[in-house]
Amino acid sequence: MRLVILDDYDLASEWAAKYIRNRIIQFKPSAERYFTLGLPTGSTPYGCYQKLIEYHISGDISFKHVKTFNMDEYVGLPRAHPESYHSYMWNNFFKHIDIDPANAHILDGNAKDLEAECQAYEQKISAAGGIELFVGGIGPDGHIAFNEPGSSLVSRTRVKTLAKDTIVANARFFGNDLTKVPSMALTVGVGTVMNAKEVMILITGAHKAFALYKAIEEGVNHMWTVSAFQQHPRTIFVCNEDATLELRVKTVKYFKGLMHVHNRLVDPVLSIKDQQKEEN
Amino acid sequence: MPSTKSEAPVTQFTQCRVLREHRLQREDLWVRDGRILDPEKLFFDEQGYADQRVDCEGSIIAPGFIDVQINGGYGVDFSQPSEDVSSGVSFVSQKILQHGVTSFCPTLVTSPPGVYHKVLPQVKVHDGGAQGAGVLGVHLEGPFISAEKKGAHPERFLRTFQSGGIEDLMEAYGSLDNVAMVTLAPELAGSQSVVRELCRRGVTVSLGHSVANLSQAEEAVLHGASFITHLFNAMLPFHHRDPGIVGLLTSDQVPAGRTVYYGMIADGIHTNPAALRIAHRAHPSGLVLVTDAIAAMGLPPGRHTLGQQVIEIQGLHAYVAGTKTLSGSIAPMDMCVRHFKHAAGCSLEEALEAASLHPAQLLGLAERKGTLDFGSDADLVLLDDALNVKATFISGEEVWRKSP
Repeated sequence: MRLVILDDYDLASEWAAKYIRNRIIQFKPSAERYFTLGLPTGSTPYGCYQKLIEYHISGDISFKHVKTFNMDEYVGLPRAHPESYHSYMWNNFFKHIDIDPANAHILDGNAKDLEAECQAYEQKISAAGGIELFVGGIGPDGHIAFNEPGSSLVSRTRVKTLAKDTIVANARFFGNDLTKVPSMALTVGVGTVMNAKEVMILITGAHKAFALYKAIEEGVNHMWTVSAFQQHPRTIFVCNEDATLELRVKTVKYFKGLMHVHNRLVDPVLSIKDQQKEEN
Repeated sequence: MPSTKSEAPVTQFTQCRVLREHRLQREDLWVRDGRILDPEKLFFDEQGYADQRVDCEGSIIAPGFIDVQINGGYGVDFSQPSEDVSSGVSFVSQKILQHGVTSFCPTLVTSPPGVYHKVLPQVKVHDGGAQGAGVLGVHLEGPFISAEKKGAHPERFLRTFQSGGIEDLMEAYGSLDNVAMVTLAPELAGSQSVVRELCRRGVTVSLGHSVANLSQAEEAVLHGASFITHLFNAMLPFHHRDPGIVGLLTSDQVPAGRTVYYGMIADGIHTNPAALRIAHRAHPSGLVLVTDAIAAMGLPPGRHTLGQQVIEIQGLHAYVAGTKTLSGSIAPMDMCVRHFKHAAGCSLEEALEAASLHPAQLLGLAERKGTLDFGSDADLVLLDDALNVKATFISGEEVWRKSP
């Protein structure tokens, strides 16, 4: 894995956004060959989305030939509810960029047949050619998407009941009223994310530190589902100092020593507007 | 086409600040089919996007202004009985677009029955568009008002409720079709049943040109009255032992869930700024900006006709000819909004809502007018930060733009 450690949340968000930007530009997406991007929600990726919007507004990146697949969505929450993941993605990302609405995929938590919805989602991902880069976060209980502790590490998109830790963590979005937090969600499986060509996990904050420790310094364990990515050929963990608080000093020093290598990955590549300038 | 469900083109107003939920928000505004569109629904339900974008260059977008008291303008006097009243109304409706007004209530001052019978059938409620602002209905100010507070109204045509209330009204006006509001003096005997009946018919009842005390005013409100015509003007002054009609602003007799709105002529002349501030601070959510504009609005200084009388313009003042009695205002609505903001020291949002949301609420039209909520009519006014009108839109179509 790559463990990219930045000083603070803003720098971590910026590094992650630059990496995504570079990957899309270097892929040279077109109408015949879309870049498929898996996307998370929550407070961790918020800064990354802000940066991507900035790069879009300045003309460095277009999402015209990008297809996105979100990881999850609550079951039974009206789509227009301000806390639905549809609302999150619209307000924090889609409304600011030029993605074709037909290419922005999010699981429908209000589908009549939830299982069919999950299977259809897996098919949409296959039809799109698989995910090129899946961006995700980590829960305080070490989960990826809503693959709660005990989820199969080869699971696919399905309905999951949320763990207590997750409900408590999300209560702050529902007026701190536990009864208002949805108890079920549709989520991509651990296996679904493992199928992506590359996985990038964003982890910021001291409250995620223990989960990061369990995910990368202990064994692969279905109680800490992010640990599954130890067995993926291309995983990047992007975090800030606070998130490393439970790691061994040796681990942190090793990866910090590699920052000059990591930073080359986010060097500005020829952006779209520069390419056009070159062509003219 | 960019949508799976509708053929109608989608317009996206960008680089703008939108008045929504009582705040100016940096949001794009989306319009389709003459209504404000929810872009999130468009995105997820229809997988649609914009056909055209309008760059607002940082402008404020507010709901179009609504003027519920305007007697004419640009040489047209709505109370003058002519063979072609509707073309006069149309002419004014087109002219006021430049002031950001997208809907209005042509107002008739106290007149003899013959005038009402001739004029009213010619003024119909209709939507606005490129041809002019929409007519929401007529505002009948008088003749059932107090002789002591007639202001510029001709005394010989004032009336009381003789036979049984509503019959007098129908005899005077002929018909209540296309009537949005009636101003009357509640102290007139027999007014209670009239107020009730008008409200029952969906006509807004306003108190004005009256010497009513607070109890009489409160009783009228209980019967359904919901507006005060140009607060402070043509009524008893506030007195600390009997606040009169002005006391409605803080009355505890207003039924729960109901609001008493009050018109304010914020032209800098009809009301002292300190009085404006007292009213605003006492009851900010009820303040409705009105122009009470007369035929002379938009015209050069001189003599002009209002109702059955002649008036004289001197600078920004309009007097009953030969007197110092104010006969109406000539300040257009956008000037009133700017003056109100300056005099009251209120926020941009409050100033804009006093000319849009509050009049819409008063007339019971807030579902469609006076807001930029999804589904509302796309009647818009684009303004700069000093609240000068840059462009006016009705049902999403540009109907006026300031020349560069």
